[in-house]
Amino acid sequence: MVKKNYILVCGGSACEASKSDAIYESLKKALYERGLADDVQVVKTGCFGFCEKGPIVKVLPEEAFYVEVKPEDAEEIVQETIIKGRLVERLQYKDKNAKSTGDKFDVEKIGFYQKQLRIVLRNCGFIDPENIDEYIARHGYQALEKALTEIGRDGVIEELKTSGLRGRGGAGFPTWIKWNTTKGVEAPQKYVVCNADEGDPGAYMDRSTLEGDPHSVLEAMTIAGYTIGATKGIIYIRAEYPLAIRRLEVAMKQSREYGLLGENILGTDFSFDIEIRLGAGAFVCGEETALLRSIEGNRGMPTPKPPFPAVEGLWHCPTLINNVETYANIPVIIMKGGAWFKTIGTEKSPGTKVFALTGKINNSGLVEVPMGTTLREIVYEIGGGIRNGKAFKAVQTGGPSGGVITSENLDTGIDFDALAKIGSMMGSGGMIVMSEEDCIVDVVKFYMEFCVDESCGKCSPCRIGTRKLLNYLTKISKGNGTMEDLKKMEEIGYAMRKGAPCGLGQTAANPVLSTRRDFKDEYIQHVVDKKCIAGKCTSLVRFEIDPAKCIGCTLCARRCPAGAVSGEKKQAHKIDQAKCVKCGECFRGCKFGAISKF
Amino acid sequence: MSVGTAEEIKFSDELLAFIEEWKSKPGNLIMILHKVQGEFGYIPRQAALKVSEMIGVPLAKIYGVITFYHFFKTEKPGKYIIQVCLGTACYLRGGADIMQELETILGTGVGHVTDDGFFSLEAVRCIGCCGLAPVMMIGKEVFGKLTKEKIPEIIADFKARG
Repeated sequence: MVKKNYILVCGGSACEASKSDAIYESLKKALYERGLADDVQVVKTGCFGFCEKGPIVKVLPEEAFYVEVKPEDAEEIVQETIIKGRLVERLQYKDKNAKSTGDKFDVEKIGFYQKQLRIVLRNCGFIDPENIDEYIARHGYQALEKALTEIGRDGVIEELKTSGLRGRGGAGFPTWIKWNTTKGVEAPQKYVVCNADEGDPGAYMDRSTLEGDPHSVLEAMTIAGYTIGATKGIIYIRAEYPLAIRRLEVAMKQSREYGLLGENILGTDFSFDIEIRLGAGAFVCGEETALLRSIEGNRGMPTPKPPFPAVEGLWHCPTLINNVETYANIPVIIMKGGAWFKTIGTEKSPGTKVFALTGKINNSGLVEVPMGTTLREIVYEIGGGIRNGKAFKAVQTGGPSGGVITSENLDTGIDFDALAKIGSMMGSGGMIVMSEEDCIVDVVKFYMEFCVDESCGKCSPCRIGTRKLLNYLTKISKGNGTMEDLKKMEEIGYAMRKGAPCGLGQTAANPVLSTRRDFKDEYIQHVVDKKCIAGKCTSLVRFEIDPAKCIGCTLCARRCPAGAVSGEKKQAHKIDQAKCVKCGECFRGCKFGAISKF
Repeated sequence: MSVGTAEEIKFSDELLAFIEEWKSKPGNLIMILHKVQGEFGYIPRQAALKVSEMIGVPLAKIYGVITFYHFFKTEKPGKYIIQVCLGTACYLRGGADIMQELETILGTGVGHVTDDGFFSLEAVRCIGCCGLAPVMMIGKEVFGKLTKEKIPEIIADFKARG
C-alpha cells in the first residue's frame, strides 16, 4: 500500500535517552486510534545529527521538522500535521535562514544543515536501520554486486586509488595501499577487521553511523573480504554501545537471510561472514596492534610495527583494519566511482569528514562536511556560534592525542595536512569548542588525567611521562608552578614523542605541546601572576564582595557551604578568605552583581 | 578479596552453554568475561576460578585481563549504578560539578558503593550523548542537560523505587 505520510522519529542514542521510544509508541497509538495506521508509516531512523535539539521528529511530505518533542506531543502532531496538514508552530524548529512561512519548510536551509554534505551519514535519519529493505531501496548492496560481478578485485583497488580515500581513524593513511598490501600477501587465512572502539572522549561519529546505517559497514567489509581474499570479518566494538551492537546483530541476521553474508554470496563462489567482538573500555585498543591483541583475548597492549597487521596481524594472519567511517565511505565510492569522490573535498584529502561538534557551542551534534570547510563555517554557521554569547577561545580536535586551534586559524580549511600544519590533528573527529570561560591549563590537565588512566603501562616514556606531566599541570593549577616546570614539561613532551613506541604514547603530550605554543601567556599567568582568568583553577580564584553594591540581602551568606560569608542584614557582607572553599555559590547566587571573581 | 573455590558458585545454563560454545574459539576470554559480568554484575573470584577451570586458562592471565580493562569489575556493584559522564563535552559543561554533588549527597567517592549497597558511583568517558551534556546514567536511564539542582530529586526518586 502506498503511504500518504511518513513520520521519521530519531532513534539515535541521544534521542533515545530523551524518550524517543515513547514518542514512537505514542505516535503509533495516536494513528491507530484514528484509523490512520495504514496510511501513515512511522519509522525509527538513525541519528539526524542535530542532537542539541533532540528528540527530533520529521513529517514527510510536509517537511515538518519538530524539535524537543515529548511523548505527549504525539496527539497534536497527528491531529494537526497529519490530519489537517498544518505545522505545529510550537514544535517547529525556527531558524533565521529557513523560510518557515507558508506550509512548506525547507530543512536543507537550516543553518545547521546548509553547509553539510552527507556521504557517510547518507542514510542516517532516512531509513529504518533495522530493516534491510530500506537500505537496499537506497542502492544498498549494489556496490557489492558491482564489485563481485563487474569490476573485480583489481577494479575495487583501482577505484579506491582514484578516490584518494584516506583512513578516517586518525592518521589518514591512504586506504588503497592498506587494501592492496593485504591483498598482495599470500596466506591461507586473512581477516577483515572493523575498528569500532571509539574511545575518544567526546566523539560519537562511529556510534551514530552503526546505529543509523549498519548495513553500509557490513557491505564495505564484505567488499573488503572479497578484494583481499578473506573469508572472515570481525567488528571490534565497545561494550558501552549496546544499541549499536543490537542493530549490527539485527543487520547481520538479515544479510545472511538475503544471501548477502555467509556462503556463496550473491550466488558466486565467494563466502564471507562477520562476527562481533566486544571491547572492554581501553582507549589504547584504538591503536591497531593493541586492538588485535584484545580480539585475541589478551591485555590490549600494542606490539611493535613492523610487522604491520597487513602482513602479520590477527593470529599471525594478514589483517586489514579500517575504522567505521572509512568503511561507510566505500560502497558510495564503488557505486559512483573514485573520480566522483575525488571531486569532493581538497586535493590531498578528498571526501567528507564527520565531526562530533560539542562543548560550548549552540548546536551540538553530528556534522558531516566536505574536507576544506573552514572552522569558522563549522563553529559559526553550522554550530550557531558560542553559547551564551561568550567569546570563542579555541577548538580542540583529535581528542587526547590532538591539539588546540586558536582563533587565528579559524579560516583554515580543515583537512589532514592543514590540521597537522597548525599543530593539531584530524583524529577520529571529536571537535570540542572552548569559550573564554574555559581554562587551557584545566582542559589540558583533564586530557592528561585521561592519558594517565589509559596508558597501558608497557613502556616508560608514556607511563612515566604522562604521570610527570600531570604532576606539573596539577602543581601549576594550584598556583605552585615555576618557569622551570614549564621548560621541563616541554622536554618531557618531546622525549615522549620520540621515545614512545606506539601512537598513544607518541601523541599523549600533544595537548601540552600545542597549548604551550599557542597559549604561552595563559601558562605564564598561572605561573608568574598566579591567576586563572577563566576562574577554573579554583586555588587561584578569589571572591570578593563590593561593599558599594551589596545591599545586605544575606543570600550569599545563606548559600555559602563553608560559613565564610558574614555580615548583618541590610549591611555590606564580607568573605573570610581563610574559610572560603571557592565553590562560587555566592558569586552565582548574587542578584546585584556585588560579588566579583579575581 | 575473598578466597573461594570454583564449586561455590553456580552458573546459569545459558552462561554454561555460552562458555561451551566459545570454548574452542581462539580469543574467547574477553567475550566469556563479558557474559559472566552480565550474569553477576561483576566478576566474583569464584567465577574467575570456574572460568579458568572450564577453558583451561590460568587464573593469573584471567586477572591480568580483568584488571587491564575498565569495564570489568571485581567488586559487587550497588543496586543502581550511577555513571557520570566525564567525557570532554560533559567536562566542559560541568560534569565534574555533577560528580561532586553526587559524592556529597551519597557520601561516597568515585568507584565506591554506598554503605547501604544501593548506589555505586562511577565515572565514564563519553556515553555518546554529547548534545545532552552534562549527562549521567542510572542503570539504563539517561539523564541529560543536568544541573546540580536536579540531582537530589533524581536520587530521591531512585531511593523511593526501592
